Amino acid sequence: MESFLIAAVAASTPLIFATLGELVTEKSGSLNLGVEGMMLMGAVVGFMAGFNTGSPAAALLGAMAAGAGGALLFAFLTVSLRANQVVTGLTLTIFGKGFASFLGQPMLGLVEPKSVAAFFSKKGIPFLEDIPFFGPIFFKQDVMVYAGYALTALLAVYMFKTKLGLNMRATGENTAAADASGVNVTAHKYAHVIFGGALCGLGGAYLALVEVPVWQSDVVVGRGWIAVALVIFASWRPVKAFAVSLVFGGLSILGLRMQSLGLHISQYLVDMLPYLATIAIVVVSAYRNRKGDLPPGDLSVPYFREER
Amino acid sequence: MPMNDAATENIAIRMENISKAFGAVKANENVSFSARAGEIHALLGENGAGKSTLMNMLSGIYLPDGGSIYVWGEKTSFASPGEAIKRGIGMIHQHFKLVDALTARDNIIIGPGGGLFMNKKELTKKIRAISDRYGLDVNPDRKVYDMSVGEKQTLEIIKVLYRGARILIMDEPTAVLTPQEITRLFQVTRNMREQGCAIIIITHKLNEVMEISDRITVLRKGASVATVETAKTSVGPLIEMMVGKRMDLGIARPSFQGGRVILSLDNVTVAGGEKKSALDGVSFDLSEGEILGVAGVAGSGQKELCETIAGLAAADKGRIFFDGGNILGKSPRDIIKLGIRMGFIPEDRLGMGLVASMDIVHNLVLKDYQQQPGFVLRRRPCVEKAHKIVRRLEIQTPDVSTPVRKLSGGNIQKVLLGREMDSDPRVLITAYPVRGLDIGASYKIYDLLNEQKSKGVAIIFVGEDLDVLLALCDRILVLCGGKITGVVNARETTKEELGLMMTGARQAATGGATGAGEAEAAGREGRGVAGESRRRPS
Repeated sequence: MESFLIAAVAASTPLIFATLGELVTEKSGSLNLGVEGMMLMGAVVGFMAGFNTGSPAAALLGAMAAGAGGALLFAFLTVSLRANQVVTGLTLTIFGKGFASFLGQPMLGLVEPKSVAAFFSKKGIPFLEDIPFFGPIFFKQDVMVYAGYALTALLAVYMFKTKLGLNMRATGENTAAADASGVNVTAHKYAHVIFGGALCGLGGAYLALVEVPVWQSDVVVGRGWIAVALVIFASWRPVKAFAVSLVFGGLSILGLRMQSLGLHISQYLVDMLPYLATIAIVVVSAYRNRKGDLPPGDLSVPYFREER
Repeated sequence: MPMNDAATENIAIRMENISKAFGAVKANENVSFSARAGEIHALLGENGAGKSTLMNMLSGIYLPDGGSIYVWGEKTSFASPGEAIKRGIGMIHQHFKLVDALTARDNIIIGPGGGLFMNKKELTKKIRAISDRYGLDVNPDRKVYDMSVGEKQTLEIIKVLYRGARILIMDEPTAVLTPQEITRLFQVTRNMREQGCAIIIITHKLNEVMEISDRITVLRKGASVATVETAKTSVGPLIEMMVGKRMDLGIARPSFQGGRVILSLDNVTVAGGEKKSALDGVSFDLSEGEILGVAGVAGSGQKELCETIAGLAAADKGRIFFDGGNILGKSPRDIIKLGIRMGFIPEDRLGMGLVASMDIVHNLVLKDYQQQPGFVLRRRPCVEKAHKIVRRLEIQTPDVSTPVRKLSGGNIQKVLLGREMDSDPRVLITAYPVRGLDIGASYKIYDLLNEQKSKGVAIIFVGEDLDVLLALCDRILVLCGGKITGVVNARETTKEELGLMMTGARQAATGGATGAGEAEAAGREGRGVAGESRRRPS
């Protein structure tokens, strides 16, 4: 049981990054459906940078830059040129897949250098890892897992306790109102879309660098789409997003665990679980109508100040 | 208040030869305008005269195409609303720019500046200080979606004052308020004037202009006509400046001849969202040849009332009798066949009733085709009908095959109303038929309604302007939160009385919903004084 939970926390980490990335993006008013694409871009560039330089920092920076680059493209098309966000996001996903196949083709089967793998190996946090039960599950993990904790906490504080976070939420809820209040809404949208993209890139890189440190053709396999659904399920709240990501991380490795326990359920059936659960939560979310759980008011609405 | 012409340093705002075009439409052309500190300056004009456009340029929302703006004597140009705020200009928009999901406090502090973290206690203290100084009242922890329209406006004012604005622009601030709220708003406005603010009020309501302003600038068709001192003018000349010709603003009210009851609602209840009823036990009778006004704060159940009668929304309880038979549960098509017509003008005008990309003829066909035999549509009768309607209602259109969305707002409304009237209805429901219309077009529509009334049509008129309701209707039904708080004789009641009923602070003497019948009786008695009364909105 404990080993399952340890693995579940690790498996949820890419979801945590991607979900928080999409959450920040949506909270500022942009619906970027290119999460899957940005994760793939982050994965391939991260792997490539790590493989060629042997530096974990270069790998992470490369992944962030790749995700941010995809998001910048999205922001330029939707914020500056006011293109349709849904279509642009879908295109970004398709683009990301092609980008990853193209760059990744020559690397198929290559293994990440030891220096990088060592950096991402599991290291306990002194004292915290000694807490019974919770210690080993949460505090005997790799550095990216810890970064996920910190990110969740920082984002929650940023969004709900700081002035910048308030302006960001106002931009997503009612762009015209934020603009009339003097908020630079274009800058807010660009900044948060790009930051969100960088987080998605990190989420993808985790899959390629930590989870399976060997380059495979499609490492993300729909996690980007699950992240989009989790944002809804989490009612656009970082801490809730963290919690639901944990659950889905567990679901995604359930199949492997059951096999190792000798349970004979079709693996394909179990592999479907996260996706079935995603459909279920989207349906459930549609029935919630508490005002605090509603999506940002101006989500996916292009803004033009002089519109009459 | 300082009103010294020589004191040029007192001039807060000077706009010179401002022009602004949206595509081919010239919204402002060479408009000049100035406002002093310590004065309330009214910007008067009809809908579409360019008042809001002009002020939106002052608040940084629009960029002027030409002309110059001086703030406290210094030439300025604003690239964004933020820059206007920095210069102490605050605008309270007609459609409030508030974030529904946030609290009042959060809404107040949105914007640049301030520390990284928010200090709740200190902010609350600051907000209290402003509230006390100007006599405003708002709960900082209340979410905007829980607020009434009046509260939202108070919040907007505090928000503007919090940024230290010395120049305040209010765009149609009274449009959605009850008479009591308007009195309070004017008091606050005077307080701000005492504190030396320059206040610009955009409005098209003459009585309010006369009551509150020190000076008036009149705009007409995008150009400034004149600036006058309120004390030295009167309503007559102002109308002439606004409309460009002399106009009698009296609404004729043909006497109610007393007809038989044609429509009767009995305890109609419609569920709304969040455990509240959109309509709660509504009962009233409507007679032939009568105009029944419906007053109420926006969202009090007017829409649901219209839709329920027209069969578009289902009622949960109660009965609706038309000509003696219960029509509740019948399809809209059956109800139309009985002769009940509805023309609902939503805020965006095209939302209900007309298909924007179709021309007048096809919009007529939409309601007509059911009466036609056979499979293939025949256009010819509708073309003739379209020509007739265009002639009768003086609709300005290149021809009957122009898509409706290319017409101006007033003409779109005339098409909608013309179509409903043309079908010889027995009950006509109109909601906000003059919304956004200029004065001439509004009066044309009042005349058309009166014409229908004389023919014996029973009319339900859902309105916003209490002056108009008082002048046009025979009886006025007041809704508050989906309940009837009174049905009163329009010839005897006052705006203040209506205002109290609109907020639910008072029920009609006859006792609200259950007393509808009595109130109606009162309405009949009052009919003696009817015919001769030609009211003027003072």
